[in-house]
Amino acid sequence: MMPSIKELSREPELFSSGHRACTGCGEVLAVRQVLLAAIKPVACVMPTGCLEIVSTIYPHTAWQVPMFHSAFENAAATISGMEAAYRVLKRKGKITEDINFIAFGGDGGTYDIGFQALSGAVERRHRFLYVCLDNEAYMNTGIQRSSATPLGAHTTTSPAGKVKPGKLEWRKDIVEIMIAHDIPYAAQATVWNWNDLANKVRKALSINGPSFINVLVPCPLGWGYHSSQTITLSKLAVETCFWPLYECENHKYRLNYVPKEKLPVTEWLKLQDRFRHLFRPENKSLLDAFQEEVDRRWEQLNKKVKCFD
Amino acid sequence: MIVAKTGNEAMAYAMKQCRPDVVAAYPITPSTEIVQIFSSFVADGLVDTEYVPVESEHSAMSACIGAAASGARAMTATASQGLALMHEMLFIAAGLRLPIVMCVASRSLSSPLNIHCDHSDSVASRDSGWIQIFCESSQEGYDSVIQAVKIAERAYLPVIVAIDGFILSHCMERLEILSDEEVSDFLGEFKPNYSLLDTKNPITVGPACLPDSYFEHKRAEAEGIRQAKGIIEEVIEEYRKRFHRYYPVIDEYQAEDAEVVVLAMGSTVGTAKIAVDELRAQGKKVGALKLRFFRPLFSEKLVASLRKFKVVGILDRAEAMNSYISPLATEIRAALYHQTEKPLIVSYVYGLGGREITQEDIKVVFEELIHIKETQKVKDEVSYIGVR
Ligand SMILES: Cc1ncc(C[n+]2csc(CCOP(=O)(O)OP(=O)(O)O)c2C)c(N)n1
Ligand code: SF4
Repeated sequence: MMPSIKELSREPELFSSGHRACTGCGEVLAVRQVLLAAIKPVACVMPTGCLEIVSTIYPHTAWQVPMFHSAFENAAATISGMEAAYRVLKRKGKITEDINFIAFGGDGGTYDIGFQALSGAVERRHRFLYVCLDNEAYMNTGIQRSSATPLGAHTTTSPAGKVKPGKLEWRKDIVEIMIAHDIPYAAQATVWNWNDLANKVRKALSINGPSFINVLVPCPLGWGYHSSQTITLSKLAVETCFWPLYECENHKYRLNYVPKEKLPVTEWLKLQDRFRHLFRPENKSLLDAFQEEVDRRWEQLNKKVKCFD
Repeated sequence: MIVAKTGNEAMAYAMKQCRPDVVAAYPITPSTEIVQIFSSFVADGLVDTEYVPVESEHSAMSACIGAAASGARAMTATASQGLALMHEMLFIAAGLRLPIVMCVASRSLSSPLNIHCDHSDSVASRDSGWIQIFCESSQEGYDSVIQAVKIAERAYLPVIVAIDGFILSHCMERLEILSDEEVSDFLGEFKPNYSLLDTKNPITVGPACLPDSYFEHKRAEAEGIRQAKGIIEEVIEEYRKRFHRYYPVIDEYQAEDAEVVVLAMGSTVGTAKIAVDELRAQGKKVGALKLRFFRPLFSEKLVASLRKFKVVGILDRAEAMNSYISPLATEIRAALYHQTEKPLIVSYVYGLGGREITQEDIKVVFEELIHIKETQKVKDEVSYIGVR
């Protein structure tokens, strides 16, 4: 289990340099970390989105593992078919090695358009790890709101204007929804805490059934910050308890990291252009609502950890 | 062996004998029985297939695509709204050159909602790059599924095998079936030319192609469907030699000396043949043509056949909504454009949403076609048979 940094440093890079992601892109950091930690061999799927566009412009590819992209809403359905093929071909002796399956989906391809396929695949108990690369908007098509976009965020389809202060709804809690599917393993992670993410990937892949990891992947372009700040923003999301690092394994919740001092969420918000308008006096109530919701969820999660222990 | 089976049973049985590795499907009338029967074969251990009971047709086709790209023989069945929901994925299956076979029990499309037969579903998938076979009988449906697997795997293209919803899917027919060994022998093992499960030789499938390469891929795909014509004829011939059942790509009935003919796809061809027999008995020089492949369109063969006649009535079980003529008639007129000697083409839409078509209806069409031959005047670009 628990891979050390020394061990990971010896692993081959399976997502090679030369891809076309923006500098500081959290998505490709997450993919590299997941593939370093993965129990090999793996075969992967991704839906349409930034990751696909930056890594597979024909005739180039950044993938050193089998990678399949077919459409936007079907990563989980596609991997269901691959995993079914694997099971039958193994039974027939046409494949001998043990292969792990990983789907990488953006929040749009996971929370929204791909949600039905994901729900179906998890209910059918296919053996695969679904990694949601959550940058909280549809970045590939130019930063539109998704159901992962937080309250108040400015996006190109929930713009902060004269009468509307950005997105009016709180984000969908996808990890809880996956847990409600009775999934054997679901977790939340970030690219800041590589150790935690690596552990979670190892755990997820050792499970006989579906597993889900939601990784917060800051996007300099969509969030509006300097590309050197990706790790800082990942860390602040955790330290403010906006993005708790936790897991739920066979109905047992566990917090993987408890901040020494819970920072106000404004520490995370204030570094991002998409929340800039929230700091105007007229939007104070929205800022307060944001903090309240973070507190409420943090408290609830702590209760779950205690009562399901 | 001779058995009695409905069209759906025949298709499911043929699927079983083709021994697919993966079947992913979602139920929809009138094709539901195909997936029900197939899943009972799986439950009884009669076939070693991974059956994936997906949550939608979009996922059914996605899973078939994932399975086929992983080197598995993949099949599914659907109709109507299900085929429409797959629409996006149909293009991806064909563009990735994946030999998936799909049984379709043809049904109309909403709105209004209607579960009965017409060809709107498959016809709407015309430009998706799938080979499309329309069957006259359940026997042909059965034989076509087996042929389709071989055609798909040789041409590296996906294939739809369509039987008419309810008319064939739910009617019992006398059926001659092959033995499991005969089918296995005919098909052989599926040997994919790449697999995503070959982790030692990792490949990326389904990349993004910019304007500098997309066009070449599409052109290559178009060549693929052109070349599929030769492969189709080889497979039909092999099937004839082995099993003595022959379904030409264009079947001419009493057409040798005919002056006016009707052309149709699917079960209506059988009805037309009876109408022809009755009119022949009255000494009328009429015939019928069956078009078995809507895609690829065997245009050279069509032209060679159609040139002989004076007037051709195209019976179309779909509307093109092009404000002009029916879908098949549009294509056939286009195929004939360069010919100096060509028949008059008359377009008929019939049977939408399961409206009956009888030999009497077709006899009325023949009377009109004979009148058109005599006057050389086509009054209506398109007529609707039996509509109130
Ligand atoms: C059916 C369909 N609808 C819309 C699109 C356009 N589209 C492509 S990627 C994308 C957004 C991707 O967002 P997300 O999944 O969050 O990934 P990101 O780009 O942020 O990594 C959209 C809307 C599509 N490809 N297919
Ligand atoms: S837009 Fe955002 S998600 Fe997309 S490549 Fe750039 S940084 Fe990554």
